[in-house]
Amino acid sequence: MTAHKTETPEFASIPALLARNAKIFSTSPAYREKEFGIWQAWNWSETAKEIEALSLGLLALGLNPGDHVALLGRNRPYMYWAMVAAQAVGAIPVPLYQDSVGEEIAYVLGHCNARFIIAEDQEQVDKVIDVQDSLTDLHHMVYIDPRGLRKYDHDRLTQYTKVQELGREKQADLAAELAARTAALTYDSTCVMLYTSGTTGRPKGVVLSNRNVIETSRNSSDFDHLNAGDEILAYLPMAWVGDFIFSVGQAFWTGFCVNCPENADTMMADLREIGPTYYFAPPRVFETQLTNVMIRMEDAGRFKKWLFKVSMDHAQKVGPDILDGKPVGLMDRIKYFLGDLAIYGPLKNTLGFTNVRVGYTAGEAIGPEIFSFYRSLGINLKQLYGQTEACVFITQQPDGGVSADCVGVPSPGVELDIRENGEVYYRSPGVFVEYYNNPESTADTKDAEGWVATGDAGYIEESSGQLRIIDRAKDVGKMASGALFAPKFVENKLKFYPNILEVVLFGAGRETCTAFINIDLSAVGNWAERNNIAYASYQELAGHPQVLATIQKHVEEVNISVAQDTMLHGCQIHRFLVLHKELDADDGELTRTRKVRRRIVEEKFKDLVDALYDGSASVSTVTEVTYEDGRKGSIAATLEIRDAAVQETGARMAAE
Amino acid sequence: MKDVSDSYVTADGRTIGGVMMEMKNITLRFGGVEAIKNISFDIREGEIRAIIGPNGAGKSSMLNVISGFYHPQDGEVWFRGARRPTMKPHHVARQGIARTFQNIALFNGMSVLDNVMTGRLTHMKTGIIAQSLWYGRAQKEEFQNREVVEKIIDFLEIQHIRKTPVGRLPYGLKKRVELARALAAEPKLLLLDEPMAGMNVEEKEDMSRFILDANDEFGTTIALIEHDMGVVMDLSDRVVVMDYGKKIGDGTPHDVRNNQDVIDAYLGVEHD
Repeated sequence: MTAHKTETPEFASIPALLARNAKIFSTSPAYREKEFGIWQAWNWSETAKEIEALSLGLLALGLNPGDHVALLGRNRPYMYWAMVAAQAVGAIPVPLYQDSVGEEIAYVLGHCNARFIIAEDQEQVDKVIDVQDSLTDLHHMVYIDPRGLRKYDHDRLTQYTKVQELGREKQADLAAELAARTAALTYDSTCVMLYTSGTTGRPKGVVLSNRNVIETSRNSSDFDHLNAGDEILAYLPMAWVGDFIFSVGQAFWTGFCVNCPENADTMMADLREIGPTYYFAPPRVFETQLTNVMIRMEDAGRFKKWLFKVSMDHAQKVGPDILDGKPVGLMDRIKYFLGDLAIYGPLKNTLGFTNVRVGYTAGEAIGPEIFSFYRSLGINLKQLYGQTEACVFITQQPDGGVSADCVGVPSPGVELDIRENGEVYYRSPGVFVEYYNNPESTADTKDAEGWVATGDAGYIEESSGQLRIIDRAKDVGKMASGALFAPKFVENKLKFYPNILEVVLFGAGRETCTAFINIDLSAVGNWAERNNIAYASYQELAGHPQVLATIQKHVEEVNISVAQDTMLHGCQIHRFLVLHKELDADDGELTRTRKVRRRIVEEKFKDLVDALYDGSASVSTVTEVTYEDGRKGSIAATLEIRDAAVQETGARMAAE
Repeated sequence: MKDVSDSYVTADGRTIGGVMMEMKNITLRFGGVEAIKNISFDIREGEIRAIIGPNGAGKSSMLNVISGFYHPQDGEVWFRGARRPTMKPHHVARQGIARTFQNIALFNGMSVLDNVMTGRLTHMKTGIIAQSLWYGRAQKEEFQNREVVEKIIDFLEIQHIRKTPVGRLPYGLKKRVELARALAAEPKLLLLDEPMAGMNVEEKEDMSRFILDANDEFGTTIALIEHDMGVVMDLSDRVVVMDYGKKIGDGTPHDVRNNQDVIDAYLGVEHD
């Protein structure tokens, strides 16, 4: 796949693409939103008119070129129009996370000196009003839903439709000015500014130029053959780069239709009604949907259960091959066809995936069985790997080249470089311009030649040529033997077992790897109930011999799979123990977003780690815990340490 | 107490008009039991009027008198400047009075949408035959009613359960659906019998918001019975306090809170 390099582009900005779409796709739908129970649609020429009226209105209210326009609200056509309208006037849209609280909003609005704010409703307006004293640059606020806002002071507050009316009134005076401003936009003008979610420190404003957005949109649309007939459902946060690229960049480039759900709670029903052809969701969504299906199947009658099982077993066997166009026997095809009539088709319809031609997931590792479940149904689910700084796309999986472990080949136009420490670097037309007002961070992340550090460690798998991410670069270490140590790689494999909630792997600088394991109380508790195993506490259940045996089986299975990895076979778990308490954010063992704090865990449970390495068969320990009300207590326990069977890898290595 | 003759504007900018409904010397007996003893009070256009009191004080009976379900033995009910004769509840409903019930009275087997549509019944003019054939005027009328209902559904944020049978909903949402059905009738006066009973704090906050918004957006006058004092004091413009069928207080939340009879009724009095 070759990428185009354009120096004098035909369409240098999103408003320019809008003008093109209004001409060539004038009557095909651009936006749909469900309101009052009916899908309301706007075609491209209506969309262009709406956006023009808003642009003129914003111009009349005093929006200047280079101003930042912050957007607060959920995915609605009006919000997307506001972004393009701001661009047309020469301003820069800055979508924010709608659920951010006052302080976060104040920081971001202050950091970008937002002069205009487009807020969805009273809730969002109130949040801004709470912090407006600190916003010296704020000039005007526009709201969409007037409910509850009628009695507010309207000096610097105007309803969206009123702004559009104002624009239509002033058309004669301002049309020339608007045209001049839109014409002044170049490939290097800023298209949008997106704030990183800020899990590490303050959020940073990522500046993306028209070049970044349009080149990336074109390349990625070509990669998946997206066209004007495609449909997407816009339900992911507008502040996330993915939503901007899918619902604005690619939508304006290819002219497909963006559908907005009625509200956040109706998303699943709206998904069914729209039946998107191009769909993105984080692994968690696919996981939840699969769990719901399985729970509902548990309640079905015996015949239905049997039919479901037989059909799904067959789908697992041949479904992915049929999807990839590989040769499959006639008998298997006939059986798959029958399965499709009875199970796969109706199930896809229920999930809203009947028409999905291109589906993506990204963000974290997806369990192989979840992945293969959807693929065996005939849903073309693929993985991609991306960042805000890259306009999403770094690597993505091509049709027919999909696996659960890898994240794909470099997207068109992207160059990859794996540095010595295993960290992945990339360079592409989508690489961001800078972090707004933050030259140090920009210099830290992007070097003079345009290479950007991802912060992730990975390698290119030789058999498929695809990138495989193993862990955050800072967590990757070396074992005493010099072998690569990537804890998350092994931990994720274990966490895909429903019985296991959390795993902490040790091994950096040591001869062998060992692990702490947390059982998942709901899954293991459920199992205990069904098998008449009585237990009085989490601790007792975690120490039950049958539970330990089950976990040992999981660990040994994972060891087999880890041993097959050419680079990470040293990370097999030699010894493990099941912790007597759940790792908890209140005790400082996890972050609030439930990520393990390795160093703290290693220090706090030093006696346990030592026992894992000194060969003892059990260890007694006392652990301090913090209750939810802040009181402290302690748990005493004797934990059994188990040895897990390890696969021999020396012979393999010698052979290679 | 405020002057009852003129309209005035509240601190939060709502206009409260003249008297909409007046209860004059109402007495209601069930056999030998006097549930309501000679009570008079009024409800004004656009206000939120609360009726409070301990268990068995006669609050729900009072609401049932207003809604025409009970007929008082003595006293007069005046609605919009005319004395209301003894009438059936559905006639009262046609006059523009809608209500919700303490123990939810929805059609469990029907969807939320259908339940709310029943609130439009008083606005339907076509006959049963035209409706079952669903042609011409009946069809047009249904479209118009559906539009009103969809606006209410949007207003109360229950789009996600539009097609769900009411029986499958949790309690808090059922309460909201009941409010939706009452609002669908576009009432002049809305009676709410313990709208917050059994709700958690978050649901109470939502419900309070909806009551205030309904009053604000549609200008609906609201009379409500409620046990949660915090809610009553925050929401209502004026409060009637009842105890053992008698009225023991009437006024703004502030007045009522400082009324000794009310304090005694709620906290009890020491007996010598």
